[in-house]
Amino acid sequence: MVDTQERPASAGPATSTAIAVNGGEAVAYALKQIEPEVVAAYPITPQTLIIEKFAEYCADGLVRTEYINVESEHAALSACVGASAAGARAITATAGPGLALMFEMLGVASGMRLPIVMHLCTRALSAPLNILGDHSDAMAMRETGWVMLSGSSPQEAYDLALVAQTIAEHPDVMLPTANLVDGFMVTHAVERVDVLPDDVVREYVGEYEPETSLLAEGSTATYGALDFRDYYFEHRRQQEAALYRSRPIVEQALKRFGEISGRDYNILEPYRMEDAEVVLVLLGSAEGQAHAAVDAARATGLKAGALRVRLFRPFPTKAVAEALSGARVVGVLDRAIGFGSVDNPLLSDIKSTLWTQSNRPLTKGFVYGLGGRVVTLGQFNQAFDELRSALESGEVPLEPTYLGLREDGEVSE
Amino acid sequence: MVTTTPVALPAAVRWHGRGGQGVVTASRLLAAAALEGGYYPQSLPDFGAERSGAPVAAYTRIDDQPPSVRGPVESPGLVLVLDPSLIGNVDVLEGMAPGSAVVVNSIRSPEDEQKRLVRDDVVICTVDATAISLELIGRALPNTPMLGALLEVFPVVNLETMVEAVRKQLRGLFPDRIVDGNIAALHRGFESAKSIAQGGAQ
Repeated sequence: MVDTQERPASAGPATSTAIAVNGGEAVAYALKQIEPEVVAAYPITPQTLIIEKFAEYCADGLVRTEYINVESEHAALSACVGASAAGARAITATAGPGLALMFEMLGVASGMRLPIVMHLCTRALSAPLNILGDHSDAMAMRETGWVMLSGSSPQEAYDLALVAQTIAEHPDVMLPTANLVDGFMVTHAVERVDVLPDDVVREYVGEYEPETSLLAEGSTATYGALDFRDYYFEHRRQQEAALYRSRPIVEQALKRFGEISGRDYNILEPYRMEDAEVVLVLLGSAEGQAHAAVDAARATGLKAGALRVRLFRPFPTKAVAEALSGARVVGVLDRAIGFGSVDNPLLSDIKSTLWTQSNRPLTKGFVYGLGGRVVTLGQFNQAFDELRSALESGEVPLEPTYLGLREDGEVSE
Repeated sequence: MVTTTPVALPAAVRWHGRGGQGVVTASRLLAAAALEGGYYPQSLPDFGAERSGAPVAAYTRIDDQPPSVRGPVESPGLVLVLDPSLIGNVDVLEGMAPGSAVVVNSIRSPEDEQKRLVRDDVVICTVDATAISLELIGRALPNTPMLGALLEVFPVVNLETMVEAVRKQLRGLFPDRIVDGNIAALHRGFESAKSIAQGGAQ
């Protein structure tokens, strides 16, 4: 057992315990260690693994959290808004349609500058009804003022659950933060997860002590007030500034986490990017297939690389531009369709980022894995084949390529 | 008795069965045993038809480094079939390379199963997991006998490690008598598994 003395910063990584759990249970374990005052959630696949496990911790008396079984996701986030405004640490978790039902409160939480943390188990949106994983839900919340982190493994789901807490509650940020945990591929994957000792986690996340709250003694704070022509504009601008201000704080939080865990994270996860000319950019759990496709492309002489975006909002423009400065062709993998937009969401961010760069690379969009469609290595090999053609011809078609889409009764490989 | 060689890494396992037979649990228990054995495991259920009796699948990956690919196992080195009635309805050997192994819950001999599977280039192992579980657990739950039997052709951990991992996982979830029954079933599965090497040579 680790003693309960405060660990000096120079102590190095703490001794972790390896457990075999799925991504949902890993997040629940993090919640147990954080032991927030309030958790409010409504069960929805694939998030149920988190809240069922956490409800067990509550029932077994392992945490003193007030667990609120609400009647809907709108109520779940509303309960968190109330609790957070009252000065409590409040956490929720949801997925796909549940997030859609929360929509009104997403902007209320960010506009009231409440550091609620949400674990979003990414899931397709209806219709047609589908419980499986894609990023349609996450993309729908991308401009609601939340900090958004995205992981690719159960280990990272646990780690980012802790990191998200310190970002949201940082006095210079005070914004709700979402931890994107890919539905099924991460939530349901049982893997080795190294969990930190309870006291190390508690010290890392610290106590939540807001500057103001509704229940603070002598508080004169007002939350969610009417705000017309007088100050609404200023408040929105302040909110935007706070979101951009969070970028270095996210970097610090990840760095500080690396010191206690030995797991070094940054806002981007590059793979074989040193001399990469042809790069695939993506978000989330298909990283392994992307890495394998990079290795396969490298074996044929293509200078291939992959770049995973860990901090999705605020979008790390500068870091992405730097990471892609040597690239000649950039393929962007979107696991959602941005209906009617010029480009799909991630491609749109990447293109805007590159627009102001000199010697900007060619860009090509790909759509993959909607509604849990299996993501194969063959699909990403196909993506690199297309990027290679673009490199040779200097031209890319504007239309995205739909990887693994069944067009003629056959699933393309 | 086939002379087993150490398991090649990364190892990929595919489980076939029917909803209610404990396919997802079996995959998870194998992952837990692999963790005990010092490996980085991954167990992933294949979701879709979550109904009793419907064909279900699960995947286990085992490696000496963290798994990177998350998704179905397409080229398994080991396949486990918890319900022999799936053979012919589901292509249980899909993507299997020559020399890989299959364990079938069956009352038949491996030679007979080989004829049904129409593959003579894979190692075939059979065990009457249903009978074992009925006798020792009191219910048709073939998953733990199958975990014992798989060690015959897939010695990724030793029997003791498998037993300890299963005990640790089941303890707290079930009464002691159910846990003990599962452990006994695991032992029996290990002892009674019969296999023939590829080509049918003994």
